Amino acid sequence: MAARLRGVIAGRIVAAGLGALILGTLAAVAWQAGGLSGLGEWDWRAVRFTIWQAALSATLSAALAVPVARALARRRFRGRGLLVTLLGAPFILPVIVAIMGLISVFGRNGALNEGLRALGLPEIGIYGWQGVILAHVFFNLPLSVRLILQGWQAIPSERFRLASSLGFAPADIARHLERPMLRAALPGVWLAVFLVCLTSFTVALALGGGPRATTVELAIYQAFRFDFDLGRAATLGLVQIGLCIAAMLAARWIAIPAGFGAGMDAGQGPTGPRGWRVAADAAVIALAAGFLLWPLAAVMAVGVPRLPMLQADIWWAAGRSVVMAVISALLAVMLCLTLALTIARGAGRWIEAAGMLPLIASPLVLGTGLFILLRDMAGPQQMALPVTVAINAAMALPFGLRALIPAARSLQDDYGQLAASLDLRGWARLRYLTLPRLARPLGFAGGLAAALAMGDLGVITLFASDQPTLPLKLYQLMNSYRMADAAGAAVLLMALSFGLFWVFDKGGRLDA
Amino acid sequence: MLELRDIAFRQDDFSLCADLTLPKGGRFAVIGASGSGKSTLLSLIGGFLFPDQGKVMWNGQDITGMAPGDRPISTLFQHHNLFPHLTIRQNIGMGLRPDLRLDTSQRNRVAQVLDQVGLSGMGDRRPAALSGGQQSRVALARVLLRARPILLLDEPFAALGPALKAEMLSLLNDIADGTEATVLMVTHDPQDARVFSPQTILVEDGRAHAPRDTAPLLDDPPPGLRAYLG
Amino acid sequence: MKPLLIATALLAATPALAQDRVLTVYASDYIASEWGPGPKIKSEFEAFCDCTLDFVTGDILPRLLMEGEGTDADIVFGLNTDVTARARASGLFAPHGQDTSDMSLPVEWTDDIFLPYNWGETAFVYDNTRLENPPASFQELLDAPDDLKIVIQDPRSSISGLALLLWVKQVYGDDAPDAWAKLAPKVLTVTRGWSESYGMFTDGEADMVLSYTTSPAYHIAAEDDLTKKAAIFPEGHYFMAELAAQVASTDQPELAQQFMDWILTPEFQKTIPLANWSLPAKLPQDDWPQVMRDLPRPDKTLFYSEDEAEALRQPALDEWLRAFAG
Repeated sequence: MAARLRGVIAGRIVAAGLGALILGTLAAVAWQAGGLSGLGEWDWRAVRFTIWQAALSATLSAALAVPVARALARRRFRGRGLLVTLLGAPFILPVIVAIMGLISVFGRNGALNEGLRALGLPEIGIYGWQGVILAHVFFNLPLSVRLILQGWQAIPSERFRLASSLGFAPADIARHLERPMLRAALPGVWLAVFLVCLTSFTVALALGGGPRATTVELAIYQAFRFDFDLGRAATLGLVQIGLCIAAMLAARWIAIPAGFGAGMDAGQGPTGPRGWRVAADAAVIALAAGFLLWPLAAVMAVGVPRLPMLQADIWWAAGRSVVMAVISALLAVMLCLTLALTIARGAGRWIEAAGMLPLIASPLVLGTGLFILLRDMAGPQQMALPVTVAINAAMALPFGLRALIPAARSLQDDYGQLAASLDLRGWARLRYLTLPRLARPLGFAGGLAAALAMGDLGVITLFASDQPTLPLKLYQLMNSYRMADAAGAAVLLMALSFGLFWVFDKGGRLDA
Repeated sequence: MLELRDIAFRQDDFSLCADLTLPKGGRFAVIGASGSGKSTLLSLIGGFLFPDQGKVMWNGQDITGMAPGDRPISTLFQHHNLFPHLTIRQNIGMGLRPDLRLDTSQRNRVAQVLDQVGLSGMGDRRPAALSGGQQSRVALARVLLRARPILLLDEPFAALGPALKAEMLSLLNDIADGTEATVLMVTHDPQDARVFSPQTILVEDGRAHAPRDTAPLLDDPPPGLRAYLG
Repeated sequence: MKPLLIATALLAATPALAQDRVLTVYASDYIASEWGPGPKIKSEFEAFCDCTLDFVTGDILPRLLMEGEGTDADIVFGLNTDVTARARASGLFAPHGQDTSDMSLPVEWTDDIFLPYNWGETAFVYDNTRLENPPASFQELLDAPDDLKIVIQDPRSSISGLALLLWVKQVYGDDAPDAWAKLAPKVLTVTRGWSESYGMFTDGEADMVLSYTTSPAYHIAAEDDLTKKAAIFPEGHYFMAELAAQVASTDQPELAQQFMDWILTPEFQKTIPLANWSLPAKLPQDDWPQVMRDLPRPDKTLFYSEDEAEALRQPALDEWLRAFAG
């Protein structure tokens, strides 16, 4: 019993620690400011815009993901597995790199508009709110496709066989098989994207648009940076958390689909209808691939030739970022595992909620709060890297948990009793049962955490440091007019993010 | 001697009580309709569920609060008796030391029980490479190795064909003889009960009834059991 | 062991060297990057001060305000005009003790706390291969067709964005809202900082970008690119300087004073133009690099005093917000 109890207690401690981190930093900021201060007209506009853009981004991502997921679910072609993997790439792409890619494709001077101009068609604009939405769809379409594709693959193939034996037309299949699945899956997909977009920061920063496209997180940044108004920052941080909690409460009955990290290549799927629908599916897949992969290709086209010219400093910063990302990822994996095992043993829902908290916290409030709390203990320079590592690990938890909780639950259901009857516990249990059985979701969670940490500019600016990370270096290049070198550094950043994800994810599959 | 003293267990609408004394070395079938509480009875003994009142005693010692692994019990579950990612040897070795730090004599014993269940040479395979019958043998080999005085079986052979099942029951019989174990076996097949266990515990109407001789019970079942057996 | 060693090497803080005297300088991020003036400042100052100079980069003013008197900073390097009022109000700074009567600035400098070490003016920069007839005045810019696209920075997050706010206010006064209304349709987007805007401009996304009169110097000197020009407006251009100040609570008052003295020496001032791509605060024009001397200079430089700037900030921001939120 003792080991079991220890496990559960460890999970509670992690959850309580997370809660203290998120809410404590907010309190620290408010305390430093001498209380919360009221919000002005522009702050409330930012709140409204934030909700609106998150809702629109979520709706578009979920709606566009349906045809893509359906086409991928019912067609088999060479390179499909690779394509499905590649389509996931934008989700872990560092924001600043993604923006560069999006502008080079959809910008005023981008390839798309050049094509439209050549055809005498009106141009499309991506600046302002359109850009924010476009970027959010770019980031979250992969997540949505993945979740919905899982829904499709979870429909037992017997049912599709039964349907074809009954001579169902595609419309009948849609009504009897697909729509019920979508009704169950789509709300959760929508909520997941909505929450991600609610706290999105850098996207609105980079594509801008000014006062019309100011998000809450951007308003927090302005309150900090320009007005030095910590009270307003804390109030906005509180509003943001309130928004997210309200969204989650309103959607209490919506389950975010599980198995975020599950494998995607279930061999036998339904065979799709013939005729014009083959061409339609091909077009949908081609469009999605173009939308998601073209910007990546554009970044590479500009940046790869610059790679050999990058100075040693960039490589050092890259090395530093990789080390930090790996440590972050390992920490995230440990925290995730502790929480997931506790949750799998039926601990209270609050632990799961605590695990989701980082998704809704403002990184700026978090960083500033930690700065306030830690400044008397150690020099901020010494804290910069550890704090960045810790915050990045915490930020990755919600995604890692999505992948890990279902796996930990089935581990507990399937092997919990056997392990207990053999008195398998402590390290032996971790080594011989938990780690081998959870290697895949752990690898996936670690990869995600590493990639997200790699691209994070994060809190480091406040703590400062003489050891810049690669994203910070990228900004420095841009600030020194060196846009071409910045493009090279962006490719490096992208490659390292993908590489880290790949290594972790692969590591989790070695034994399989 | 295994005693269930005035046990009561309640969960939502379900309840089960039991007041039984089972002598050492006895073989008991546990029989009853689905949902009657057969598995619950085993879980209460095995330590996976805790009674709301009453005590589980073994040879006069109270084991009610003991962790499953510390009890003098081996359990064979309906599913998942083997860890699919571990080799056969590791799966069996875990019965001796969960951390698998086996010394030479322990390793020899593992090899020995593998021999005994007719699987010598398969120690390095994983369960997936074995047939269903062979997998059951591995689980039995571990039971043999652990040699705990109580053995609980929750229909572990239900998925096997009749011939294989008979083979397993006979192997089980040998093992239980060798270790003088007290065996409780949940089954829905009256034939298993007749072959294996002279006495049967009927679980019905929220109560595990005291063991009765198997043959008369099955020849002239009470109305509930009759309906179940058909 | 090897990976561990490498990891340690990557993460270890730069060790303070044998000298026990350390001057801690809070500086804007770009200053300490290897392309900024930082490395040169460090090596040259350390060469004669017999001390170690540590740059601490990041959001310096917010950080300093939070740390208050407990700060480790001895010097703050890279504050901007237009935010000095709030910095001064903190009471954290000591006088610089320099003679500022013969600065090479287009405005008179009487501040005894904040010492400018470089300066420039806001300007809209364009590429003459893409924009053949740039507006010749601010008014022409306002009256230009709306398909002339410019990128600017957000005054709530960028110092150059704030300078534009004050620039427009000084040129147009009470008519500033009308000016913004005319400018707004030409604004492709408003970015958080200067670098995002400038990147969009060099990518060909916008015809003009809010930047500095000195920006073309970089392209000429570093890239041999003569196509980037700053549009010079007869209405005048808004003055911006970067400032240094010493922190009153410093535990190295001598070193801090030494640093402040050094900032205005020709040795340091000569490094400014090509490291910072801005103009030196105290250096005869003949000592400027050729590329800076050749740049077209505006006839008129506009500047608000600290108190005026602070008083105008919020009303001007409201006007701006209204024009862009419409």
